[in-house]
Amino acid sequence: MQSAVNLWPLLGVAVIIAGFLLRLHPVLVVIAACLATGAAVLMPPLDLLAALGKAFVETRNLPLILLLPLAAIGLLERFGLREHAQAAISRVRSATAGRLLILYLAIREGCAAVGLTSIGGHPTMVRPLMAPMAEGAAERQAAARGAVLSDAARQRVRAMTAATDNVGLFFGEDIFVAFGAIVLMQTILRAEGIEVDPLHMALWGIPTAISAFVIHAWRLRRLDLYLAREARK
Amino acid sequence: MILRLEDFYYVVGAILAIVAWMSATDRSNGRRWTTALFWGLYALLYLAGEALPPAFAGAVVVAMALLAGFGGVRSGTPDVLPDDVRRASARRLGHWLFLPALAIPLVTVIASTLLKDVKVGELFLIDPKQATLVGLGCASIIAAALACRLTRSTPVQAMREHRRLVDALGWAFFLPHLLAILGLLFTQVGVGKAVAHIATSYIPMDSKLVAVTVYCVGMALFTIVMGNGFAAFPVMTGGVGIPVLVGVFHANPAVMAAIGMFSAYCGTLMTPMAANFNIVPAALLELPDKHAVIKAQVPTALPLLGVNILLLYFLMNRP
Repeated sequence: MQSAVNLWPLLGVAVIIAGFLLRLHPVLVVIAACLATGAAVLMPPLDLLAALGKAFVETRNLPLILLLPLAAIGLLERFGLREHAQAAISRVRSATAGRLLILYLAIREGCAAVGLTSIGGHPTMVRPLMAPMAEGAAERQAAARGAVLSDAARQRVRAMTAATDNVGLFFGEDIFVAFGAIVLMQTILRAEGIEVDPLHMALWGIPTAISAFVIHAWRLRRLDLYLAREARK
Repeated sequence: MILRLEDFYYVVGAILAIVAWMSATDRSNGRRWTTALFWGLYALLYLAGEALPPAFAGAVVVAMALLAGFGGVRSGTPDVLPDDVRRASARRLGHWLFLPALAIPLVTVIASTLLKDVKVGELFLIDPKQATLVGLGCASIIAAALACRLTRSTPVQAMREHRRLVDALGWAFFLPHLLAILGLLFTQVGVGKAVAHIATSYIPMDSKLVAVTVYCVGMALFTIVMGNGFAAFPVMTGGVGIPVLVGVFHANPAVMAAIGMFSAYCGTLMTPMAANFNIVPAALLELPDKHAVIKAQVPTALPLLGVNILLLYFLMNRP
């Protein structure tokens, strides 16, 4: 009976992959994938529009986390938040971009592991505080070797700051019992007739969580070596 | 409930309407009318939302995508204070500048942990199911008020700064929302079933290591396509995890589930489809390469995926 599976919906996936490979505008790629998927399963155009509209209205909570903090952050930036964050970190002699981000990784992952996922985040912590601090530290590292921080190095530090926030969040929150993923896993296994204790799933997440910390922290130490190499150039 | 998530939809709608108005009146923006139209339509979806006929809302979404996709959404020239003024202000305000910024996570955490169960009379103070988002909403308003007071600015200035950041995000702001609806559409038409079908019918899974690898790598690849581990998990667990790992190799379901979900997260680190985590930060940090964050994450994600395969292989038969 395997042949009963309809493979046409994969057309939408193909459109996405082709679009990203051809570097077309992501928004156009996604909307084309929506239309292709609808066409592939012979969904009438009005039904497809209705499905899109309904899904959009149902997921209105998504941009909130991004949008709501911007007024406060923008105002603080206007009056020098980023400059102050940089100046404050450059007074700490032992601070390097790598060490600072390892500390942030530990805090982010630890907080997420006990359910405090809202400590951190790109609009609230990364842009206004962590990225300027990591940049400030990197600038001081470069200045200590008599160089200026190159644009490429600055962008690398920023990207690693955003990456550190993601890694800490993802691999921390899954070992918190009340997190949505654990509930989802339990629900799905239960639907298949398997009963699991959420606490067990949270516990078996710990080895990966520790590995994620070790691997990313090692890469953050390498970031310091990279910055030293850049400064010698 | 006294404070519901829906209340903040109106707040967001109002903010987007203000952004649209400010865009329309900004002569420095060469595309001010299309930009204003884009934000105005976004505002409409927040303010009217459920009241709109779904097909009409869908048409609005497509129109917004076309506006954004063909370069109709541009930013104006932001009015920022000169460097020296900003540095002087940073020196004057010092550590006080951190206070409103840190108030956002702190108030959110307090609201989502302590205030979650507080009742006033018969009513919950905040919607307990959406405590974190409602908490974040309250925290943002409190932080904006603190920031206004600290910098002696007006709420109008706060809205101007808000618009500056929204402008800087541009279409990146819209992408996560659009990808979420694509994900829902994929689920609706059965993309997951088709992928699981291909994986199980073309790969021989009679060795434990191959089965574990197919499960973990499949989880990551599927997440790369869907942008969301939550969409990949049911498919791979139903397609490979339960029939093969549990059914044939007697894996402990708790180990399989935990490491499977973490393998999915390795995929999240590597995909532009997880726009919230990977594309939006690149725009927020003003990185010229939109994929810079993904590139920074791949060298963490790939070794970690390998570690997951090994962990699952060696741990899955533990009771």
